[in-house]
Amino acid sequence: MLEIRGLRAAIEDKPILQGIDLVIPDGEVHAIMGPNGSGKSTLSYVLSGREDYAVTGGSATFDGRDLLAMSPEERAAAGLFLAFQYPVELPGVGNANFLRTALNAQRRARGESELDAVQFLKLARAETKRLAMPEDMLRRNVNVGFSGGEKKRNEVLQMAILRPRLAILDETDSGLDIDALKIVAEGVNALRRPDFSALVITHYQRLLDYIVPDRVHVLAGGRIVRSGGPELAHELEAKGYAGMIAEAA
Amino acid sequence: MTAPLHTGVAGFLACYEALRDRLPGDAGERAAAAETFRRGGLPGAAAGRREEAWKYTSLRPVADASYAQAVTPVADADTVMARVPHIDAPRIVFVNGVFSAELSLLPPLVAFRRFADGGRFDTLARPDREPLVALNTMLAEDGAILHVPAGVDAGLVHLVNVTSGIGGAAVNCHPRHRIDLSAGAKLVLLETSVGEGQYLHNPVFEVRVAQDAVLTHVRLQDEATTAFHLSTLYAEIAEGGTYDSFGLNLGSRIARTEAHVRFAGPKGTAHLNGAQLLGGTQHGDFTTVVTHDAPSCASRQTVKNVLAGRSQGVFQGRIEVARVAQKTDGYQMNQALLLSPDAEIDTKPELEIFADDVKCSHGATVGELDADQLFYLRSRGIPDAEARSILVRAFLAEALDAVKNEMVRGVLDRAVEGWWERQAA
Repeated sequence: MLEIRGLRAAIEDKPILQGIDLVIPDGEVHAIMGPNGSGKSTLSYVLSGREDYAVTGGSATFDGRDLLAMSPEERAAAGLFLAFQYPVELPGVGNANFLRTALNAQRRARGESELDAVQFLKLARAETKRLAMPEDMLRRNVNVGFSGGEKKRNEVLQMAILRPRLAILDETDSGLDIDALKIVAEGVNALRRPDFSALVITHYQRLLDYIVPDRVHVLAGGRIVRSGGPELAHELEAKGYAGMIAEAA
Repeated sequence: MTAPLHTGVAGFLACYEALRDRLPGDAGERAAAAETFRRGGLPGAAAGRREEAWKYTSLRPVADASYAQAVTPVADADTVMARVPHIDAPRIVFVNGVFSAELSLLPPLVAFRRFADGGRFDTLARPDREPLVALNTMLAEDGAILHVPAGVDAGLVHLVNVTSGIGGAAVNCHPRHRIDLSAGAKLVLLETSVGEGQYLHNPVFEVRVAQDAVLTHVRLQDEATTAFHLSTLYAEIAEGGTYDSFGLNLGSRIARTEAHVRFAGPKGTAHLNGAQLLGGTQHGDFTTVVTHDAPSCASRQTVKNVLAGRSQGVFQGRIEVARVAQKTDGYQMNQALLLSPDAEIDTKPELEIFADDVKCSHGATVGELDADQLFYLRSRGIPDAEARSILVRAFLAEALDAVKNEMVRGVLDRAVEGWWERQAA
């Protein structure tokens, strides 16, 4: 589904990604772990099309299409979803309207029929309930006045409604208590299917107890320094990043 | 009738000479106003003269146009009314500055008279100080004189000004409106100004809000983008009275909405909120002077500007607090969203405070669309242009939230939608 080869990226001439190779097949969940400043968030922004980052080398294809040539909205319509580490507040924009506009824009781009207000609300209410979120979340302005945990859950709600083919979760676990963490994990697990893949970016192994990955990669200094099965996350927890990076060097 | 065509001050004076014998009101006041106007002219029109009150707005283009008096019969009524937002409320319609009985639907609870029927000028307006008020006083032919009796809640009334300046010289009209609320009275006044072609619409309002009365005044300026809209309002608020106004500027080549509000008694409230959405080479100017001449009054003002193309927005806000006006609460905020590098906003707040126990603050922000917000919307699949319009609408919606009457809010929302459709066309 996602194939990244030798990807290099810089921000304001400062190189961050120094040649990433990563392949995520259909139906698999991969985790990327790494210390602060290793390039985890940069990778998620480059894949979702943030313009502040300059791609200086390599390639990324999504279902065989050149991902890096697509606009952020084209990537979304193709099925890519980024759950933001810091979800953005949109004062004056209602959550339900925002979600319906996004869903219908994607459906339009794919040549599918749009949902009317009634159809959409039915879908949105069902997903809100399934994620144990208060229904007034749909009526509020996007992320305005939300607690940290509510913002993260709102990202998962968006994901549940937009139904991406590939979800990138950028430290979705940070700032969540254990109950919220379980809800978020259940939200992701509910989407697991042969045609759904996920890239879970996290600092801690804890989230991976609930979203069990097929593969774990360790990112350091803008490169993947080790890859392995789910047990790698536990090894990392035991040795710490410093120990593992020293071993890999 | 075709008046002789001149431009500038001479053109307006020629209109006055042609009309003076049949204009209503005090001929002496008109003659004095004409003399003031003859001496002062239009701000910014004469080279080398710079007036502080007109620092950012020049009326040179107004002076350069040639005018015919607005007696040209207007196209049929349906065409005219098609431009007016339709709401289920009584309406008082002026076409080219003249009352139209056939298009109006008079309100049951408001006493209405035409200024043309022996109307008198009130004493609030200052033709001796403001050149456009002098022009209006010199040429006013008609206008609405509204009175809401004590204790009456008159509901919603729609005051419509349609101007049609199609073909030939520009039309100029100078309606003189008086709005008078007796003690405890209430009125929601929606004022819309629309039109087509080239014209100058230069209304003057004199507003009196008596004790504990509440006037909600919502003003939609959606004139033709080839027109000039220069409006001056004077309001006096008695003890416990409220003047709650919101102005939305969408149209005109040059627009200036000037308001002078004075608290004459304690515990009054004034809201002078507004928003403007301008594109092309449009110029929109909100100028306000709030005079606190009594203690414990509150004035609140938030103006939001969305400026595209090479448009220019101006906000001048002056708060004067007299020595007696202790416990004054004054607040002023001007926010601008610049959608293009060629758009411009000029902000001039002025506080003049002679009392020592007051709370007065002002602020201004200028910015572009937020890159994080834009990326967030696009990352969810919303195309760039649509994402931008969502953010602009959200910015405006926060201003429009000041309008509590749902029917009136609907009119403003539809007018904003119309603006977007025109931009897209």
